[in-house]
Amino acid sequence: MDIAEERAQEWRVNLRNQMKAKERTDIPRVHMPELDPVYRSHTRLEEVNLGLTPEMAMQEAKRCLDCANPTCMQGCPVGIYIPKFVKQIETGDFGGAAKTLKETSALPAVCGRVCPQEKQCESQCIHTKMKKEAVAIGHLERFAADYERESGNISVPEIAPSNGIKIAVVGSGPAGLSFAGDMAKYGYDVTVFEALHEIGGVLKYGIPEFRLPNAIVDVEINNLRAIGVKFINNCIVGKTLTINDLKQDGFQGIFVGSGAGLPRFMNIQGENLVGIMSSNEYLTRVNLMDAASEDSDTPVFMGKKVAVIGGGNTAMDSVRTARRLGAERAMIVYRRSEEEMPARLEEVKHAKEEGIEFMTLRNPVKYIGNEQGRVTQMILQVMELGEPDASGRRSPVEVPGKTETLDVDEVIVSVGVSPNPLIPHSVEGLEVTKWGTIAVNNDTMQTDIPMIFAGGDIVRGGATVILAMGDGRKAAASMHKWIQNRDQLVADNC
Amino acid sequence: MNKIISKEYFSDNVVKLEVEAPLIAKSRKAGHFVMVKVGEKGERIPLTIADADQQKGTITLVVQKMGVSSTKLCDLNEGDFITDMVGPLGKATHIENFGTVVCACGGVGTAPMLPIAAALKKAGNKVVTIIAARTKELIILEEQMRQHSDEVIIMTDDGSYGNKGLVTNGIEDVIKREKVDLCVTIGPAIMMKFVSLLTKKYNIPTVASLNTIMVDGTGMCGACRVTVGGKTKFVCVDGPEFDAHQVDFDEMLMRLGGYKDIEREELEKMKCASGARP
Repeated sequence: MDIAEERAQEWRVNLRNQMKAKERTDIPRVHMPELDPVYRSHTRLEEVNLGLTPEMAMQEAKRCLDCANPTCMQGCPVGIYIPKFVKQIETGDFGGAAKTLKETSALPAVCGRVCPQEKQCESQCIHTKMKKEAVAIGHLERFAADYERESGNISVPEIAPSNGIKIAVVGSGPAGLSFAGDMAKYGYDVTVFEALHEIGGVLKYGIPEFRLPNAIVDVEINNLRAIGVKFINNCIVGKTLTINDLKQDGFQGIFVGSGAGLPRFMNIQGENLVGIMSSNEYLTRVNLMDAASEDSDTPVFMGKKVAVIGGGNTAMDSVRTARRLGAERAMIVYRRSEEEMPARLEEVKHAKEEGIEFMTLRNPVKYIGNEQGRVTQMILQVMELGEPDASGRRSPVEVPGKTETLDVDEVIVSVGVSPNPLIPHSVEGLEVTKWGTIAVNNDTMQTDIPMIFAGGDIVRGGATVILAMGDGRKAAASMHKWIQNRDQLVADNC
Repeated sequence: MNKIISKEYFSDNVVKLEVEAPLIAKSRKAGHFVMVKVGEKGERIPLTIADADQQKGTITLVVQKMGVSSTKLCDLNEGDFITDMVGPLGKATHIENFGTVVCACGGVGTAPMLPIAAALKKAGNKVVTIIAARTKELIILEEQMRQHSDEVIIMTDDGSYGNKGLVTNGIEDVIKREKVDLCVTIGPAIMMKFVSLLTKKYNIPTVASLNTIMVDGTGMCGACRVTVGGKTKFVCVDGPEFDAHQVDFDEMLMRLGGYKDIEREELEKMKCASGARP
């Protein structure tokens, strides 16, 4: 059934007719209930957003006009049937809504929490064109996924009969999971290889518990297990097993979603002092290794004066984590102004409520340490905004001679990552760009080695969970087509 | 989960573990390391592979009790399982016929040197191995090293075995005696620093295998960064072996000490919990 046919179904027509458009648009947008900022800035594991109640969700769903041309869907990298699931929520069919989400998204409970909806589906909502607040699509997505999970009645998406064709996935982050889910639905025998000891990639090591609990990621992974996806941890394709080993084992297609790799540093004086680390290291210690818990063997510094360099979501995750681990001063140091920050608005808002200090238009130029080599101070260059640069944002320029000294005992550098070098280094003949990312055909996500497809940060260099998932979905569709065409060619030649 | 097939004590604090890991045994080369984690809440630590048996599907690790994690690993017995192990990681040692190579190892550094010495010998080099330790009991793998070396020189700080003196004394004697084309060194960072200073004086190319702090070990966290030739490098993917004369050992020593206070506290706690005297 296509979108128009779905929309023409009797229940949808009746529902639309129950309320006038004006009445729907007059309803104010729902507010996500949140933990108290003072309380939550000292609790590491509790989620900040508490989720909507069924009443709130049904009320919010009424705001959706069920447009004939649902532009919201064009804003979604995985193409979720947004009006359909929203209208299912309006009728109280929460399970049905969850099922609709799962038709196109392998991780709805994750997306409902970490997607930048304000830049995607919600930015395309008809309400925004009327200068009103968009329907809270992200909150509703989270609600439906959570409702289903908490009900214990988890539906399994329909899968095609098994075709017995073995497919390997490198990396169990959002790109790999999304790809694996779709390929399993097409009937393939999918095995996901993960380098770390935990399945989930950045969803586990990167995004903190207070934004995305690991238990929720595990449920989504178990949903994939339920449709036949196999997971192997502690296995590095390119190291433990080569691409040739996989071919010999009968794998006919490989998707590489090995994600981000080496953290970038700024190459300034004193940057290798003790207490200065990448956000990857800091978040991995706290999230993946649970270093802040008494019973964990992995150590982590619990600084009192912590500066985080950068203005992205990872910087926000790091600074809010530092606050929760007891930092009296937890500071964002960013070289542009708040307006240019790439972080989600919600993250910035939450960070401010939790007492994070924003030191914008400041750029570190030097670190100073004590005799033990532990960082004690940083020198900041004061900046101002100049002409717009290639990114369209006003570029920061130094204010000559104007510097500040800041006392710190821990610094977290969050200025981006380069792609993970393991696969590009170990697969002979694989085309790699000058940035170290894997080169793909953007329409198909296929690399120059036909059986290898790739997506997510290994192709993009550094992006979001949902863009990685979109890549995985696109790669699955085109690999499926590639295999079908190939088999058709073989059949024709027989 | 990887099963421990056998365990042997080299001394009170140094054990040799033979661990089931067929895929790693098959793909590893001299110089590679693995990341190991003991227990669900364990820490990920890097260990260089000392040996492998493809037929048996095992690799050999030699571990010295240092902190909480290495102690937990040393306390495992035959038949126990290592919770998580992944590898082989890092770049393999560059092997060719250099001529005469001095393999200078200190303490447990002798274990990861073994496959390197063997590979160098096989490539046609004259291999002179120097095994150094504080005292006789800490000299390990002497017999195995003799099988893969043209000559083995033992150095002990206290003179209880072999020659009295430091590893650098042993190296200098060889340098004065004959032309050395390459020096490879594995051991405590402070030892490698002094080996490097010595060979620099004599202009002998030197490779050091660095064992820094790592978290993931796969090129993601940057905990292992060192300054080599003025540039920041990552030991896990750019190393673990580097031109020793370019390594900033003082910075490396400083970074290795970064978690000492936390580590000491944890170790005390563990000893108290196990009933031992702190």
